[in-house]
Parts: sequence; structure tokens; C-alpha cells
Amino acid sequence: MELLANLGDGFAIALSWQNIGLALLGCFLGTIMGALPGLGPSNGVAILIPLAFTLGLGATPSLILLTSVYYGAMYGGRISSILLNIPGDEPAMMTCLDGHPMAKKGLAGEALSLSGIASFVGAFLATWGLILLAPQLVKIALLFGPAEYFALFALAFMTLGGVSSTNQAKSAFAAALGLGLATIGVDTQTGVPRFTFGEVHLYDGLDFLVAIVGLFALSEVFIFLETRHGGSDAAGRKLTIGKLYPPMAMIRQTTPTMLRTSFLGFIAGVLPGAGASLGSFISYSMEKKLVDKKGTFGTGDPRGVAAPEAGNNAAAGGALVPMLALGVPGSGTTAVLLAVLLALNITPGPLLFSQNPDVVWGLIAALFIANFMLLAMNIPMVGLFTRVLMIPSRILMPIVAMVSFVGIYGISGSTFDLLVMIGFGVMGWVLRKLDVPLVPIILGTLLGNAMENNLRRAVTIDNGNWWTLADSPLSIALWAIAIIGFVLPLIVGARVKAKMHQRRDEEGAISD
Amino acid sequence: MSDRIFGVFGMILAAGYVFAALAIEESFLSDAVGPKAFPLIIAAILALSGAVIALRPDPEPHWPALARLAEVAAAVVVLILYAEMLPVAGFVIATAFAAAYLAWRLGSGPVEAAAVGAGTSIGIYVTFHLILGLSLAKGPLGF
Repeated sequence: MELLANLGDGFAIALSWQNIGLALLGCFLGTIMGALPGLGPSNGVAILIPLAFTLGLGATPSLILLTSVYYGAMYGGRISSILLNIPGDEPAMMTCLDGHPMAKKGLAGEALSLSGIASFVGAFLATWGLILLAPQLVKIALLFGPAEYFALFALAFMTLGGVSSTNQAKSAFAAALGLGLATIGVDTQTGVPRFTFGEVHLYDGLDFLVAIVGLFALSEVFIFLETRHGGSDAAGRKLTIGKLYPPMAMIRQTTPTMLRTSFLGFIAGVLPGAGASLGSFISYSMEKKLVDKKGTFGTGDPRGVAAPEAGNNAAAGGALVPMLALGVPGSGTTAVLLAVLLALNITPGPLLFSQNPDVVWGLIAALFIANFMLLAMNIPMVGLFTRVLMIPSRILMPIVAMVSFVGIYGISGSTFDLLVMIGFGVMGWVLRKLDVPLVPIILGTLLGNAMENNLRRAVTIDNGNWWTLADSPLSIALWAIAIIGFVLPLIVGARVKAKMHQRRDEEGAISD
Repeated sequence: MSDRIFGVFGMILAAGYVFAALAIEESFLSDAVGPKAFPLIIAAILALSGAVIALRPDPEPHWPALARLAEVAAAVVVLILYAEMLPVAGFVIATAFAAAYLAWRLGSGPVEAAAVGAGTSIGIYVTFHLILGLSLAKGPLGF
């Protein structure tokens, strides 16, 4: 009952004109960003954070805008997968397998609308999952002391590497790099400057927003410049959509698939380090094993379209659970969303639910509203978004670059930050070439200070005894999961990862 | 080979980081851990993973030809110039040039590049400055 009352309060907050407008804007921009190859949820959200921040939006409106973008991108990715056989963002990769063959058979409209419905079901169920699971997780998190938090942060880094990268050493490197960047600036406990080399601009530390926009958005521009991929992927192709509503029989046939994969995707999203790409991957693989008796998967089976779409949208909702309840994001885009909270001085985690219930429940209500908006945008209005695919990247990428600059300049008005951002852009480009994942770097810069503070608090409370980090059952359990999460992929993960990463190139470094 | 160089670079970075961490002046009121311990732990992870990368390299990534590399380098230079010129030339003029350059290098013709430059710059100025009230760099001409 309390839950429904909270949800009611949330709707009261979300249903203001400003918030509805922001949700609408976010859904629209998100769908476009998802649909355009080269812009995905993480760089889309990254570009918009500084803007939301400098425009002086409050916490709830900013989060509504940016999570709508996040949900929207999860919907939008399927459009180019189906029509062009090019995933619009990484989680939509699996949708190519059956979506494009359907389009070739002349069923593009059916595939688009069916995948829209599947996205809706996945996201809708996952939002309910978020409501039910997050408060339970908060109850556990309230038992955490500094030592447990330190173990939890370590767990986040160790499991993130397990799934997101093909090379554990590289993700460990990325995490250490991010944590190292976070230590730049005045030490919060003793007030001594560290790694500032006398540069006054560095006393405050590096602004993580600058790092995020540089790593995610600018490096993308460099990748495009390098490959001189200036055209539009849709150029010279006729995008015929045809009938926009799937026959009832098709919906009935795919309903069990959608329900199963929503559940599976949600679980994949909640697990640290997994995220939406894994959600759609395991959803598709499981459905294929389970219902593909005649070998029709891969040749345009509607269930093969519904499965990954329900899976990735459910995972997107699931990934919000650890981010909101523990303050530890499980995927790339939620790491970027965490930056929004931190930039607004809101500490996610158990206290968020008791101190800022308006933020949490307003956000959840807005997710429901956004989901309905997205359904409306993605079925009757999908033709609009297919036209967006015609925009060549030689026009799109300059705009992306310039908007990134505007956002960062707006925060501080300093040229120094812009130069740091360019530096991060170059670094991101090189690291993507070397297949070093960027998400652990971001997570490191975001969580570095909290992680160090918890470590020092824990050890100080216990008079300098370092073993305090692993002497409660809870922290031992967390360490055990962390170690398993790091070691297990080394043993069994290679095969799964190889399959999952078959089709990716530099995109992989910012996988979600 | 790239990974070996990268791994060695990581180890050098870790060494430099240790060096800088040891140079941190401790204040007289310090906690039990102090400001140096955490950076030293990170440096250890950095060095260790750098060593693993150097000893077990992945397959060679696809590096672009020298011409493409020069392309990226030129873009970096232009963007640095852009950042430096923003307060001098003002937002609209600087952005128009930078956006036009990027569009041109991505394969637009001269007319299209100029249009993209002007369009991006004026579009952002109108949306973000005039409508949303974001403060952008002011040049001598006031925009």
C-alpha cells in the first residue's frame, strides 16, 4: 500500500507541464540517438548532461530528461537494425539477426511495430521490477558500513570487467586509470593537494563531466574522422516500411517470448557489469534454444525480433536498480546517469530513498509516462525516425562536437576545461583503438573519491587495522562475489564473450 | 606490438604515479591511512595490469594509414584552436569555422560545409542562448 502511495506522489511530481515536456523531449531525442548509428545511449546522455546541468534544471527534471533519453535510445536502436542491418546502438545488435530478414521479406512495418511492442513490454515490466526490487535492496544496503561499501565498489569494478571487455587486464587497467584520475585534487580528508603539479585548475579535481563528454562524445567524432565515414548508412537504399500494425496472431505467438525475455533481461540488467547488451544477447540465445524447433531463427522469425528487444529494454530498467539503490551502476549508461546525480550533489544509494523520495518516485512515475510516449512515437510515428537515418554523419558529427563544447563551456566558462575535454577525446580514441573499455574509467572517476573515503573511514575506525575490510560476513560475501565475478569470465566467459563481441569494432569500448 | 607498447606505457605511468604519490606532503593532522595509501594501491593495479597487457598482447588493432592519422591530428589542432579562440572571436564566429572544418573533413563539399558551419553555429546560438538562456562565449561583437 505504501508503495502505491509513493507511486501516487511520484505521479503528482511527474505530471507537471515542465516534466511532461522534458520526458517528451527526452523520448524524442533518445529515439533519434538510438536510431543513428554512432550515437548510442551512453554518448547521447553524456552530451546532454552538461546541458541539463547548466540550464539549471533541478534533480528530478534532469533525471526525467536523461532517463527518457536512455529509454528512448533503447527503443530507437532497433530501427536501423531492422531497416539497414546496422545496429543503431550496441544493445540492438541481436535485433539485426531476425529483424533485417523480416524487412527483406517485406515485413519491415510489422517488424518495427512488433519490436516496438516488445520494447514496451520489456520496459514496462522492468519498471515494475525496479519498484519492487529497489526498496528491498535498500534494506540490505542500510546494513552496509564503510568496509562493506569499499567491498561493494571493488565488486562493481571487478564484475564490470568480467562482462564488458574481452580482456580482463585491460578493464583492470581502465578501472585503475579512472580511480587514479579521481585522486587528482585536494585530498578531502587531510586537505593536502595531490597530483596537481601546482596547476590551480586541478585543485578542485578533474570534473567528471568533462571526462565523460570527452571520452564518449569527442572520441566518436575522431573515429568518424579517421574512417572518413561521412555518408549516411541509409544513402541509396529505399526504406519501405509498409503495413505498420502486426497481425494479432503474430502478437499472440510472441507474447510468451516477450514475457520470458523481459524477466531474463531484467535480471541481466540488475546484475553488476552486465547491462543491456548482455540482456538482449542472452534473451535471444535462450529463446532460440527454447522455441526454435524448426530452425526459423535468423531467417525473419518474429519471436527472434521480440526476444532481444524485450530483453534489452528490460535490462535498461534493471540496470537502474543497483544505480539508484546502491549508488553502484551496473552498465555504461547508468554510470553516465550516476554522473547526473553526483553533479547535482545527490548521493544515490539507500539514503536517496529516505531523503529524496520525490526524486526516486518522480523518476519512476516519469519512466511509466515516458514508456507510453515511446510506444506512441515508435509505432505510428516510426516513419519520422526512419527519415532521421538519412542524415549523413558529415553533418551530424560537427553538430555533436559543437554541442559537446557548448555544454562543457557552459559549466565553467573556462578554456582549460575545453582543453582537458579534447585531451580526454584523444585518450578515448586511442583507448578504443586498443580495445580498452571506457566504462570502467568513467566509473573510476565517479566512484574514486567515495571508494577512498570509505576505505580510510573503515581503517581509521578500526585504528589502522586493514583486516577490518574483510571481517564482517557481509563484506566477506561481497569480496567473494567480486573475486568470482573477476575470475569466472576468465574460465568460462571466453566463449560467450567471443560470440557476443563478434560483430563489434570500436563500438565495443563503450558497450552498454 | 601495440599492446606491448601500451602495457609498458602503463607501467611507466604507474611508476610516475608512485613517484608523485610519494612526493605528497603529509599534513600534520592525518588519519590512520593517509593520503598516499590509496594512490599506491591503484598504482600497483595499474602496473600489474600493464605488465599482463604487455606479456599477453591481444591481436594487433587496425591502425589507420598515416594520412588518416594526420586527419585526426589536424582535427585535434583545430579543436584546440577553437577552444582558445572562443573567448577572443566569440561563440558564433568560432563555432561556424570549427563546424565547417569538421564537416569539410568528413566529406562535405565547400558549399555544404559552409552551410553546416553557419547552421550549427546559429542554430546552437538561437536554441541555447536566445531560447534557453545559456551563457556562451562573448566575442568583441557581442555574440
